[in-house]
Amino acid sequence: MSVLIVAEHLRGELRPVTLELVSAAQELEGPVAVAVIAKDPSVLTDAVDVEGVNEILSVKVDPEEFENDVYQQALEQLIEQREPQVTFLGFTVNSMGYGPAVAAKLGLGFASDVFSIDGTAGGLVATRAFYGSKVQAEVEFPGHDRVMLLLRPTAWPPAEGAGSAVKEEGSVSSSCSRARHKEFVDVATGDVDITTADFLLSIGRGVGDKENLPQFEGLAGKMGAILSVSRPLVDQGWMPNSRQVGQSGKTVKPKVYLALGISGAVQHLAGMKTSGTIIAVNSDPEAAIFNVAHYGAVADLFEVAEELEKLY
Amino acid sequence: MKVVVAVKQVAVLGDEVEFTDDERDVDPDYLDYALNEWDTYATEEALRLCEAAGDGEVVVVSVGPEDAEEAMRRCLAMGAHRGIRVDSEDQLDPIQVARALAEVVRAENPDLVFAGVQSADAVQAATGTALAELLDLPRVAVVTKIELGDGKATVNRELEGGLLDVVEVDTPALFTIQTGINEPRYATLRAIKQAEEKEIDVRQPGDLGEPAYRVKKMFVPPKGEGAEMLNGNAADVAQKIKEIVEEHTG
Ligand SMILES: Cc1cc2nc3c(=O)[nH]c(=O)nc-3n(C[C@H](O)[C@H](O)[C@H](O)COP(=O)(O)OP(=O)(O)OC[C@H]3O[C@@H](n4cnc5c(N)ncnc54)[C@H](O)[C@@H]3O)c2cc1C
Ligand SMILES: Nc1ncnc2c1ncn2[C@@H]1O[C@H](COP(=O)(O)O)[C@@H](O)[C@H]1O
Repeated sequence: MSVLIVAEHLRGELRPVTLELVSAAQELEGPVAVAVIAKDPSVLTDAVDVEGVNEILSVKVDPEEFENDVYQQALEQLIEQREPQVTFLGFTVNSMGYGPAVAAKLGLGFASDVFSIDGTAGGLVATRAFYGSKVQAEVEFPGHDRVMLLLRPTAWPPAEGAGSAVKEEGSVSSSCSRARHKEFVDVATGDVDITTADFLLSIGRGVGDKENLPQFEGLAGKMGAILSVSRPLVDQGWMPNSRQVGQSGKTVKPKVYLALGISGAVQHLAGMKTSGTIIAVNSDPEAAIFNVAHYGAVADLFEVAEELEKLY
Repeated sequence: MKVVVAVKQVAVLGDEVEFTDDERDVDPDYLDYALNEWDTYATEEALRLCEAAGDGEVVVVSVGPEDAEEAMRRCLAMGAHRGIRVDSEDQLDPIQVARALAEVVRAENPDLVFAGVQSADAVQAATGTALAELLDLPRVAVVTKIELGDGKATVNRELEGGLLDVVEVDTPALFTIQTGINEPRYATLRAIKQAEEKEIDVRQPGDLGEPAYRVKKMFVPPKGEGAEMLNGNAADVAQKIKEIVEEHTG
């Protein structure tokens, strides 16, 4: 099946998900084209010229950084001109802003957060999760010659090896951009750097109440761990976002990641699944965190925390 | 100022699961229901903007069966003024949901439209952006701050790693709202009672088109190597955790 990939870049650098999409595309055994939509695509084309890419399309646009109308207009024209059977975007914040719009406008088959694909069974089959990642499903796209998939970052390894793609200029016309990039604001650095810790004690919404936090701060201190958290604790203002693990927080890779009361949502796993040893304590035996944990305990986290206190 | 908020009643799977006979979905007996977390933040944001404007109306819209009105009532109890439910018993894909919503939202002619970033059960992060397209509205996805101006708004879009992209957007516009943008209010008991009296208009959907995907087969994830489970009471578990930590951090 022919695949069109849209490269993702930020502040002049290619984002890693792009090369992961190339690996995924190779599974479909058809020609692979990568579109680089940028003010100056030439600074990025070498980075996407990896093994498995047949064609690189440079699409020049006005804005320096991502703007969803600009990407939407460019991608719609590329799909109409080239008729790829499958279009891959990363399941990223940028794609969330224009991918579904393109699919709705052109009437494409569509699925997001896809982490496995199969093109060998006649039509395209994609696998994604449902019901809070507790179950998965194979989905198909009957009646659609053209499909768009938003693929989960880190689900495929990045493609590597020098490529020999044909480089072309893509030509698209653009009209107005109604949502315009102004500036970036970086995350404030916090009191500790959780990305360099060897041992993280990570707590989630299971800890219930703000009043319980000192107990876990104390426990982390005793155990020689740094305390990190899932997003809801930051959303509620209990902890600074420099302590947040996950897609919109930090990516961590400690020797040991001890998760208490964290369900294992995909955006949390994105930030910690490559940790050396993952231990998860959760009262729900079906919690998705157990799918990535090396050790798991179906238990009340407060009881376990109390017992740990006694041991240190 | 009128803000329309798309809200979904999401399904929550407990600690047991069985599938329907055709293996295409979870047996509804194993599901509980709740208002989508992202949509509580979207409703709160709509209420705050209207309160700041001094007058305004917040209309919640949902596609689903009659039961879904429970989620809508929660928004009404928070302070939303009225609701519109597009009646559907079917499992719809995000683009079909957007088609079902588009008609009713267009007729409301709102100043702003909000959706959640994603629904907790399906994690598609697609419905809002598809809806914006069908309504031909400018849109920004994953918004953590909104400042309204004259004919435009300045919003923060939260990227991977927490990086903020400050975006200027022409209004009317659609935003998909991220958790943490505000602190959603709790509804008082009185408000919950009063919400029972508020109007929920029921509409029938038009043609929702071909599904964007079809579930072939649903299953429990293969456990792979899976986690080695630590058994025993809390003291046993704690002891084993201590041993594992010592072994792997040493
Ligand atoms: C664009 C985007 C970016 C995101 N980025 C991030 C991110 O960077 N990091 C992140 O974490 N999330 C992120 N999220 C949110 C993510 O989708 C989840 O909502 C979040 O990870 C859930 O956090 P949690 O596991 O702590 O809470 P929940 O999902 O509510 O899980 C709580 C868990 O605690 C367990 N529990 C409850 N009580 C007990 C008890 N007494 N003992 C033991 N277990 C108990 C429950 O069984 C449950 O599994 C993002 C979402 C979006 C849309
Ligand atoms: N059935 C529905 N009715 C109303 N709004 C919905 C429905 N499904 C999804 N949405 C909206 O779209 C957002 C994202 O959902 P999703 O695209 O399914 O991840 C939700 O937070 C809601 O705002």
